[in-house]
Formats: sequence, structure tokens, C-alpha cells
Amino acid sequence: MSTVIYVPGDAGALSLGAGEVAQAILAEARRRGAEIALVRNGSRGAYWLEPLVEVVTPAGRMAYGPVSSADVPGLFAADFLSGGAHPLAHGLADSIAWFKGQQRLTFERVGVVDPTSVADYVKYGGFRALTRALSLSGADIVQAITASGLRGRGGAAFPTGIKWKTVLDQRTAQKYITCNADEGDSGTFADRMLMEGDPLSLIEGMIIAGVAVGATQGYIYLRAEYPHALRALQTAIQAATQAGYLGDNVAGSARRFNLEVRLGAGAYICGEETSMLESLEGKRGEVRVRPPLPAIKGLFGQPTIVNNVITLASVPWILDHGAEAYANFGSGKSRGTLPIQLAGNIRRGGLIERAFGLSLRELLYDYGGGTATGRPIRTVQVGGPLGAYIPASQFDTAVDYEALSGIGALLGHGGIVVFDDSVDMARMARYAMEFCAIESCGKCTPCRIGSTRGVEVIERIIQGIDTERNVQLLEELCDTMVQGSLCGLGGMAPFPVQSALKHFREDFRART
Amino acid sequence: MQTRAVPEKDIVRRIVTERRGRPGPLLEILHAIQGELGYIPGGAVPQVAEGLNLSRAEVHGVITFYHYFRRSPPGTHTVQLCQAESCQAMGAEALAEHARARLGIDFHETTANGRFSLEPIYCLGNCACSPALMIDGQLHGRVTPERFDALIAAGEKGT
Repeated sequence: MSTVIYVPGDAGALSLGAGEVAQAILAEARRRGAEIALVRNGSRGAYWLEPLVEVVTPAGRMAYGPVSSADVPGLFAADFLSGGAHPLAHGLADSIAWFKGQQRLTFERVGVVDPTSVADYVKYGGFRALTRALSLSGADIVQAITASGLRGRGGAAFPTGIKWKTVLDQRTAQKYITCNADEGDSGTFADRMLMEGDPLSLIEGMIIAGVAVGATQGYIYLRAEYPHALRALQTAIQAATQAGYLGDNVAGSARRFNLEVRLGAGAYICGEETSMLESLEGKRGEVRVRPPLPAIKGLFGQPTIVNNVITLASVPWILDHGAEAYANFGSGKSRGTLPIQLAGNIRRGGLIERAFGLSLRELLYDYGGGTATGRPIRTVQVGGPLGAYIPASQFDTAVDYEALSGIGALLGHGGIVVFDDSVDMARMARYAMEFCAIESCGKCTPCRIGSTRGVEVIERIIQGIDTERNVQLLEELCDTMVQGSLCGLGGMAPFPVQSALKHFREDFRART
Repeated sequence: MQTRAVPEKDIVRRIVTERRGRPGPLLEILHAIQGELGYIPGGAVPQVAEGLNLSRAEVHGVITFYHYFRRSPPGTHTVQLCQAESCQAMGAEALAEHARARLGIDFHETTANGRFSLEPIYCLGNCACSPALMIDGQLHGRVTPERFDALIAAGEKGT
């Protein structure tokens, strides 16, 4: 019987040497004549422990990390194949404190299963929800999603059930399910981890959406910066097709659902849903004027569901365990769990899935352990490049949609970027405008021109030219962009600038 | 410059013919051309336009809208350095300074020997391991200047 060893094939783990570790383990096993079977799983999300190697023993999966290829001979010498003691050993993976307090629903299989294997997916509860969906009416499936309280995890937090109901109610021959996998916010990587670590849950969620609203074609719009996720999705789509879950006879139901991946080409704006649809149609990713809503006139003019990766991948858990079970997690109007991503200058960064409602402080210090540099945390930016900077005095704020919006911030896709006290907030504000200028689609003036003028004004402030007047001008410019832009890019790019001005005014002055 | 066994325009013609019947095919066609040739040559624009019954301006407009598409050949190795907030919090600006000095080029440029192209990128989704960069599709995390030099040295030796 060969020993099963898990070495993540996740892009983040590979970026820290997981590929070399896997090669070293194979070579050392060969040298010693040890029989092993290597599985390339996703990452469990504790990037501070990556590459995290797990060995299957009678007691469970024993974890070792962070492992470098140089550690491998020593691990064999310490008999890690039987779970032997070693300075890098953490005991059972599930018992690591960082994982133990988490509430993993959407990510329950990520880092656990072989992402290429339908059999493994089924063994861990996969496709039970689809079987259930096929026995329900479309209206009942939509009702379950509505009752779960699930809101769009891409950032807009629109109730998913309402969107699905709108598409269900359209009487047209062709409808589409599209997945927005253009995860462009800095500080976020939940979509990537899920697509690499458990792509079949996304596929199952999209099939269920198709069954619910009567759509037969799905597209995953994936950003070009994610080549590893592309390979994982293509492999999983092929496996699901071979196993009969995709194609003309979904799980023997005589219903049809086909799925393909379309690649973006490095445009942040294509994460905005109407711009994404333009891009899927092969055009410039310019924002469309709404109405009509995509749910009524979307891809190729047909009713279209546009949902984020995490939204769709949460659907199987909800249908399998029941809407009420999901809604029992969370606080206020933020129901269920959120995969939170701790990033930037943080000691223990990674993915934490928890019910809404824990505080930023708990995340930053209990999970994150403070900064990587060991200096005090000065601020965090939550919700990507369009999210506000939050000062340390507000770290007791709960992580849910309403609490964050109550302090003038936003949750977005759940990414938290940590900065220590060396950060220069006027420069971060200038960067927010620069980024908007680089990524503006150009369709509306406040965003296209406003962002460029914003960079210039902040530059003058940094140079100490007429500071008071220019700060006032900057505030007015932000107001114009917020009020006058066509979509969230120009409309929200001022948020980090305004929050930096509000909480860190002392940084907006001449440099010495 | 090595000569191709198949002329560029035949490659473009094949790609257009294979994909023109698919829904909304322009981006896929441009990806396929860049995938095979490394960039989208100016001569491909009228060919693609004609194949899809679009104007040349429309095709040009799409190519120039997206940062990912190149209109000039890349170096042997493409280095994409993340410049977004998470990486900035971990010294991405200093790493960019180091990279410019080490390679002797600015962003969007290619070294004189044609070995390396340097591109900024706004998030590689490796934000718990900042700063990050990607070389020829290989992701690297927690990149120090020393690690950067080692990666470049490896690229200088290989093909």
C-alpha cells in the first residue's frame, strides 16, 4: 500500500516552491524505495505555512510546513511517511488552530480534495445538490437561494435570489449563466483558490443555476493573469463532461448544460458586469448604460445571470444543507459565511472563511498576528482598490456589509490589505487615482479625465504647492467623480482618496 | 530572428477560419494569435477585420483597449511585476526600482539583447505572498531583490 502525500498545486503555493518540493519528494522516495502516491491538492489558504505538505496516516492527515525542497531528506529521515516528529510538524492538519475556528462551507473541499477528480468530489459530498436540484422546479431552487440570504460575493452584494428570479421570469429560448472570474482587486485571491482547489463546486453551482432558470450555456470569464486557474478549470470541465454532468444529458436528466472558459485580457474594468458582457462578446470592455439589466438583456441581448465565482460555488452547499442552515450563519442582513482574504503586510496571511460579524481586530491580530515587518498596523484597505482606508481606531468594526458601510467603507470581495506605519497615505491616494486613470474604459468624462486631474492635484499637494486650495480642489473633484461617473470605477475610486484625506490628513503636505 | 516555417499571415488566416463561427470570437482570435506569434502584428488587423466582417478600426480598438495584447514582439522572457496595493505594502516600488536598474529598462520596454520584457501588472492574486511577480507564466511570491537577481540570472543562461 503506498502512502498518499498531498503537495499543493495552487499557484500561491507554487510561488513559494511547492513544485520543487513535490519533485524532491518523488526523487527521495525513489532513492529510498518508498512507495508513495502524490496528489496535487489546492491550498487550504494558510499561506504562511505554504508549501504545506500533508501525509495520510491511520490517524488522519499529518501536516508539515512551510517545507522547502532542502527539508525533504530530513522529513524522510524523521519518518514523516508515518507522521513522525519533525520541527516542521503541526500534527493533524484539521487541528491547526488557524483552521480550527473557521467555518468552511464554500471552501470545505478546497485544499482537501484532488481538484481533478470527479470521484473525489463526489466522495466529499459533491453533486448531491445537483441531484436535489433536478428533483425541484426552477421556482423552488430560486426560492431556496432567496431564503438563504445569499448576496453577490463579487462586491456589489445584490441578493442572488432576486437576480435569478428575474432571469427565471423571462420568456426567451436562450438564456445564459455567466461567471465573473475577473478577480482584479488587489488583496483578493478567493476566486483563484477556489477555481484551482475545487473547480467542480463552481461548475456544479453553474449547472444548478442553469437548471433553475432554464439556461443551457454557461461562460466563465476568467482573467488572463490566472493561467493556473485556467488549466484547473479546463481539466475539471473535461472531467465533468466525461462523467456526464455537463453536456446534452446532465446527470441523466435529459437536460442540457454546456460550459466554457473565456479569457479576459488584462482590463480591470471587465470585473464590472456590463463591461464583462461586452468583453465576452469580443468587444472593448466598455460599460453599458443600465437599464436594461443584464438579467433582462445581457449576453448577446439575452437574459443572463452574472454571478461571482464565490456566489456560484456557494450554491451547492446551500441546496445540499438547506437555505436555513446557510442563513443561520452571519449577522443582520449579511447571511452565511465570507471567505476573507488577509493580504499585504501581514504575518499570517491567507484565506479565512467565517460567518459575517467577526471584527477586523480579530482578523488582523488573532488570525494575522500583526504585520510581517513587526511594525504597528497603521491602516487597512478593505474591498480592493476602490475600498476605503480604515484607521486603527475603527478596527473593532464588524466585517459585514452594513457595519462597514456604516463607517463609510465597503466590504467588496472580502480582501483586506494591511499596511504598517511606514505607509505614506498621500502616495496611496495618488495611486488610487493613477490606477483609475490606467483602467478607465474612457466612456464617461468624470472617470476618464477626473482620475488624471486627480493624480495631478495630489502631486501638487505632495510638492507643497498651494496645499490648502489643492486639498479643497481634490475634495470637489472626488465629489464630482462619485456623483457623475457611469459605473463603480470612477464612482468609487475616490473612496480611498476621501478616506485617506479624512483619517490621515497629516500626510497631505509637502515632503521634506 | 529565426524565420518561421509557416508565414505569419497563413497562421492568422488559419486561426480566423477556425474560430470565426463561434459566438463573439474576436477576443479568442486575438488570444490565439498572440499565443502563437507572441504578439499581434499590424498586418493581422486587416486580415482579422475582413474575416469577421468588422472594420479595421474596430479590431484596432479592441487590441488597444486591453493591456494584455502586445503590438510588438516580446523579449524571450516576460517579467510581470505586480504594482498593486498589497505588493506595495511589501515593498513593490523598491523592487520595481531594483528591476529597472538590474535590467536597464523601464516598464513596457525590452532589453537590447531581446532577452527580457518588463511589464507592470495589477494583481496576480498572490496577495498573501507579496511582493509577487510572474515570469513566463510562473508565479513567484515574497520576492526579494536577491531572488529577483537569481531568477534573471536563470533566464540569462537558459533559452
